[in-house]
Amino acid sequence: MDLSEIINIAWDGITNNKLRSILTMLGVIIGVAAVIMVISISAGTEAKIASQIENLGTNLLFVTQNFSFGGPRNQTNETQNSLYYPDAAAIATIPGVTGTETERNSSQTVQYGGNTVDSVSVVGTTPDFPTVRDSPIGEGRFFTQSDLDQKATICVLGSTLAQNLFGSANPIDQKVVVGIFQMTVVGVLAPRGTVGGQDYDSRIYLPITTVFERYTPSRFARVIGDRINTIVVQVGDASQMDSTVLQIELLLAQRHNLSVDSLPFTVQTQSDVITTQTATTSAFGSLLAWVAAVSLLVGGIGIMNIMLVSVTERTREIGVRQAIGATPFDIRWQFLAEALMLSLTGGLLGVLVGVGGSVVFDVLGTAQTVIVPSSILLAFASAAAVGIFFGYYPANKAAQLDPIDALHYE
Amino acid sequence: MKSDKSIIELRELCKVYQMGEDISVTALDHVNLEIHEGEFVSIMGPSGSGKSTLMNIVGCLDHPTSGQYVLDGQDVGNLDRVQKALIRNNKIGFVFQSYNLLARATALHNVILPMIYSRYKKTSWAEREQHGRETLETVGLGKRIHHLPKELSGGQQQRVAIARALINDPVLILADEPTGNLDTKSGEEILDLLHALHKKGRTIVMVTHNPETAVHADRVVHVRDGRIAKEDTNHNGVLSVV
Repeated sequence: MDLSEIINIAWDGITNNKLRSILTMLGVIIGVAAVIMVISISAGTEAKIASQIENLGTNLLFVTQNFSFGGPRNQTNETQNSLYYPDAAAIATIPGVTGTETERNSSQTVQYGGNTVDSVSVVGTTPDFPTVRDSPIGEGRFFTQSDLDQKATICVLGSTLAQNLFGSANPIDQKVVVGIFQMTVVGVLAPRGTVGGQDYDSRIYLPITTVFERYTPSRFARVIGDRINTIVVQVGDASQMDSTVLQIELLLAQRHNLSVDSLPFTVQTQSDVITTQTATTSAFGSLLAWVAAVSLLVGGIGIMNIMLVSVTERTREIGVRQAIGATPFDIRWQFLAEALMLSLTGGLLGVLVGVGGSVVFDVLGTAQTVIVPSSILLAFASAAAVGIFFGYYPANKAAQLDPIDALHYE
Repeated sequence: MKSDKSIIELRELCKVYQMGEDISVTALDHVNLEIHEGEFVSIMGPSGSGKSTLMNIVGCLDHPTSGQYVLDGQDVGNLDRVQKALIRNNKIGFVFQSYNLLARATALHNVILPMIYSRYKKTSWAEREQHGRETLETVGLGKRIHHLPKELSGGQQQRVAIARALINDPVLILADEPTGNLDTKSGEEILDLLHALHKKGRTIVMVTHNPETAVHADRVVHVRDGRIAKEDTNHNGVLSVV
């Protein structure tokens, strides 16, 4: 029997009961699509982390408050256990620290003349932002410590935002309305692009003290005043990182009146953060990939099920083919080809759905995705393997039928 | 018409079905039968006589428990599944009571199916189509080659089945109650077609329980209780005991 006839028979078998074939294929489609999408999403997340590594700046330490789990919060301990803006200033005095930066973010409408930009990310930050975040000033200047002390109503624009508000005009010393307050533009950052999912160029930067005073989003937050989540510390010399970590811990313990061992803060180096995030992502990614693989397996069981039904339904046809000279080999091939065609067609559609879904996710911004070509190959090959594995038993069952019994099957 | 070359030679052929440890049923009991090239032989017998078993063995669908079966000079009694399939493909053309055409295949495709499974003659699609067309013409269905079985009458479907049986030029046509599902007129037409094939030199073995059908053959072999009870030869429509 030649290949064209095998394909012909298999196609005939599939098209004979279209709905059934489509439902059977659906299992494989979902499995393959899931494998591709899961891998592309976790690759996307890892790529995002990689870009954060490259773009954060160099020799950074991250001071964060530990998660507090559940239960009513103890107000006394709350003060002890939280990071406050003055902590950042204190850390800045540690020898070897070349900069500290901290942020408080909110979202406001920004207006200049007739131009209005909604939902602009307002970043309250400190004078070290351009150096620590490696985002140099383009025109004008950034804020100084005295601007922070005075809670000055000034701002620095991201380059895209400046372009949107002012066009080709010079924004320096112009007044823009941020939310309900007027701010004087003192500088524009050089274009920086998107770092870790944040478009630096479309944001507006204000002294953090000004944000504490004017843009704290809720009454509750106003009560907590100058509490902050993260302090980013830049260390001048990479070899001093470890000793600086220790000094920060000692300093915070002293300031919060706690012992170093029970410190509710974590000081991590850049590589610690990256390692943690990558490990989490890849653990999560491989878990999801297993789930996807299981759904592919379930798809395979669906194929086996339907092939067994198909063999039973076509027992008489098998008998006729055997009578006119089909060998067990021919019969086995016929049904294996049908199972394989189901799984490969399912696999192909699954690849389309998976790749399409990944692209849609990326475009919609739901998740950053990177389509990994080897994952397409892997998913498709798995679909083929599933087809062969789960198709073999029914095909062999058909091949072993006794021609006399098969011919008289009702 | 009849030549000295024997197509089928059964020697002391037995078929015993083992039903349990102690129970066995003897379906064929030392059967001896010789059929020559160009003969038209009927095998007759009531149900349970062993004629179906005999037909299955002659058709290489089953194997004898003991004894010898020589088909066209080759001992085929104890071949394996694959070899038997190849013999069926190459040397035997089956015609069944219920036609057994593939429902979703056209008349032409049904007819060329044995060519597709052939290991001896590799043919191209064009050759198959050409040959299939010609064979359907010889059974009088040259104008219906692209019809599906359900678009054909019973008699026409049986003609397609006969064309399928002929396509690989077998040494033996084995017809199992070929008129059993047909009305009298269609049945007569099928028997006429078998006669015509016989006249062209085909060797035909027809299994039937109907004496009126059996009478069309040169020779009628009566099977009873797993044995050949008697043989009649037919001279101008009159049966005489050998």
